Amino acid sequence: MEWLTPQWQANLLAMGQALVILLGAVLLGAVLTVIERRLLGLWQDRYGPNRVGPFGSLQLVADMIKIFFKEDWIPPFADRTLFVLSPAIAMASLLLSFIIIPITPGWGIADLHIGLLFFFAMAGINVYAVLFGGWASGNKYALIGAMRASAQTLSYEVFMGLALMGVVAITGSFNMREIVNAQADLWFIVPQFFGFCTFLIAGIAVTHRHPFDQPEAEQELADGYHVEYSSMKFGMFFIGEYVGMVLVSALIVTLFFGGWHGPWLPPVVWFALKTGFFLIFFILLRGSLPRPRYDRVMSFGWKVCLPLTLVNLLVTGAVVLLVPG
Amino acid sequence: MDEATTVTPPANTGYDIYSALAQRFGDEHFVRQDTRTGMPVVWVTAERLIGSLQFLRDMSAPFNLLFDLSAVDERLRNNRQGLPASDFTVFYQLMSIDRNADIMLKVALDKDSLRLPSCVSVFPCANWYEREVWDMFGVEFTGHPHLTRILMPPNWSGHPLRRDYPARATEFDPYTMTLESQQADQEALKFEPEDWGMERERGESEFMFLNLGPNHPSAHGAFRIVLQLDGEEIIDCVPDIGYHHRGAEKMAERQSWHSFIPYTDRIDYTGGVMNNLPYILAVEKLAGIQVPARVETIRVMMAEMFRISSHLLFLGTYLQDLGAMTPVFFTFTDRQKAYEVIEGITGFRMHPAWFRIGGVMQDLPTGWEKLVQGFLDWMPKRLREYERTMMENTIFLERTRNVAPFNTREAIEWGVTGPNLRATGCNFDLRKQRPYSGYDNFEFEVPLAANGDVFDRGQIRIEEMRQSLRIIQQCVNNMPAGDYKADHPLTTPPPRERMLQHIETLITHFLQVSWGPVLPPNESMQMVEATKGINSYYLTSDGNTMSYRTRIRTPSFPHLQQIPALMRGGFVPDLIAHLGSIDFVMADVDR
Repeated sequence: MEWLTPQWQANLLAMGQALVILLGAVLLGAVLTVIERRLLGLWQDRYGPNRVGPFGSLQLVADMIKIFFKEDWIPPFADRTLFVLSPAIAMASLLLSFIIIPITPGWGIADLHIGLLFFFAMAGINVYAVLFGGWASGNKYALIGAMRASAQTLSYEVFMGLALMGVVAITGSFNMREIVNAQADLWFIVPQFFGFCTFLIAGIAVTHRHPFDQPEAEQELADGYHVEYSSMKFGMFFIGEYVGMVLVSALIVTLFFGGWHGPWLPPVVWFALKTGFFLIFFILLRGSLPRPRYDRVMSFGWKVCLPLTLVNLLVTGAVVLLVPG
Repeated sequence: MDEATTVTPPANTGYDIYSALAQRFGDEHFVRQDTRTGMPVVWVTAERLIGSLQFLRDMSAPFNLLFDLSAVDERLRNNRQGLPASDFTVFYQLMSIDRNADIMLKVALDKDSLRLPSCVSVFPCANWYEREVWDMFGVEFTGHPHLTRILMPPNWSGHPLRRDYPARATEFDPYTMTLESQQADQEALKFEPEDWGMERERGESEFMFLNLGPNHPSAHGAFRIVLQLDGEEIIDCVPDIGYHHRGAEKMAERQSWHSFIPYTDRIDYTGGVMNNLPYILAVEKLAGIQVPARVETIRVMMAEMFRISSHLLFLGTYLQDLGAMTPVFFTFTDRQKAYEVIEGITGFRMHPAWFRIGGVMQDLPTGWEKLVQGFLDWMPKRLREYERTMMENTIFLERTRNVAPFNTREAIEWGVTGPNLRATGCNFDLRKQRPYSGYDNFEFEVPLAANGDVFDRGQIRIEEMRQSLRIIQQCVNNMPAGDYKADHPLTTPPPRERMLQHIETLITHFLQVSWGPVLPPNESMQMVEATKGINSYYLTSDGNTMSYRTRIRTPSFPHLQQIPALMRGGFVPDLIAHLGSIDFVMADVDR
């Protein structure tokens, strides 16, 4: 056991942590598919899936078995390479973003100096998944979905970045741990309320969750960009969406709600509770709102959210400069 | 509500219209026909047809709504004394909102020259009707912009509503499908923009042709609409119907007057017994049956129950088409409550087929008042909730206000009736204007709106549900005593009480139950304010146990025809919103 130097111990620990966090994220995404259906059922005066196992707890297993054994069909008119590549991008880009999330003082995969920027980069790459998927499918509905997705994501990523610059300006760092530590006394939701609002909206838009699910818009585009996907390729898009939800919730918690900070309970519980709250909020949002029209979504982004973030950034910058310390 | 918006001369009496026509075009071109349709029926020669239609459309208080256009194959009809010789008769039923009156023009055609000038230039909504006549009878309309099959597949041969066309599967050769025939069928369904005078590209941009349906989440059944898109903007679109065609009108010619009742249930399948009503009333006009007040009131009550049930389905799907996933579950909970009442009274949920010639199937069950009252107490707060959560939602308002709007003139031009017409501010509700089945005894209001957009079409239906609840409440409070069947020889099934006492009664009873009632030769027509608009049955009896011709005019048919006129220049999401707001079911379109 001589090779087990402290360096190696740290390495192994880090690898173990990474594995647990990434698997946890995927698993949570998968479980969320069932939780969402149960919660929507609760709010819609019906049961939701409650047949498989006690209280429907094994529904996920049944879904998994089903989705793995479905025919994995690639349409003959599809561009094979891109068609196969895009679900992988969808899943990978979101999962990789998890490495910057500090869960507790001790848990977290990477402590990057450019933490936030890494997330923006990954979110940028995520657009390609939708774009490639829609284009490679050779389907008109998918194409319109992809078109909507690229336009929407482009517009919303512009101010998603700017919305967080207030937080960065106050902390003086892109590093996620430092951002969390800076909130020990006061969560950033208070000084950065408008930043929070716009980031929340952008976060929903980037994950294509209702009411910003324009690229999928079941009633209009019959599932949009992933209409030709089946089996696990569809599953990766599907789970990817939920992983995105977890990611955005975790980011909101980290950036605006003090991360693991909280009285009495251990840090990990606080983190989980706060994240869970936003996950449920996402689901509730889906259950309660109609879908705005696509062009309205765009003009809302450019005409309301972008000016709001800019004003927020200006004011924050002025305050940071004027108030010493 | 006695609005003075409509001048109401005694409806449909007298032939002053006939005299006006005769004066204008000469006596020799017109022949009157006495029917029980309740409107003047005038035969006109083919050369004066378009002139007469134009004259009627442009006169003061005009007949500007082409209500129906179809044909009758007269070759096997025995009882047509005093009528002009005709193998095929094409009829045009026009309606005047201002006069609250109708007129029917008929044109006689010889089987060797089945040709008429098209009247699309006079009434744009004649387009689909003329295609249907061509499809079903093989009558050619010269000058029609696109005379192709509409209900049958494009490569079909034969004209199904002709009397010599077989009605039953056993009369055909066995059906076989080969790979070639399947491919030919598929090929025939392919959309060719050139057939519809559409460009594939204009200038720099190439258009996308998007095939929406027949399987699509928002198509409300097997409905197909091909969109010519520039980005997401709809340049033009072509609705394609017929996927739900079951030949109900043909079946009517092979079913007894009585046994056709269940088929009517399935015309507007969300309307239940509301569909029985116009058919039964038209049959009763032919038979000369007066039903007791109790029967009328029971019928009104059940029809209004189905109006609510249908509007609830509308509301749920309408909101769902706008992206709100939750309301549909709530409206289905409410529909379930309605169905509990309907099931308790009729014994069936969606298709009770519960009205009978001369009555209803059975009397109301003991305790029905409590059942109905429970529903009446449940609904109002739910309706309020829908308004609060959805109709006042900002996103919702943005999606619906000023989307796919049309005014009263356009509505009439396209044959739009019912709530969609009233959403434009036109106060025309048959329950008020031409009360049938005792609607004049009820107090209720006719909800109106002003803008005729997607929002108004939704809001007006919520209001209509409130009025229907009012009507049902009055039924509960004032249900007349009496029999649930009329005392008339043609009441079907006939009363059994005296059947086992007299041999004559037994024989009559036996004949009526086995053959079905024989109705005197004549023609009758009844319209009702159905769930989706005006639904009418125009029956021709040749003195037989079966109808000679049953024409079913449904509201959804013209409503779908109007779509391209509204959607040009709109966005795909607007189309979906409009489709949701029309409130159609394909069974009601295709019959």
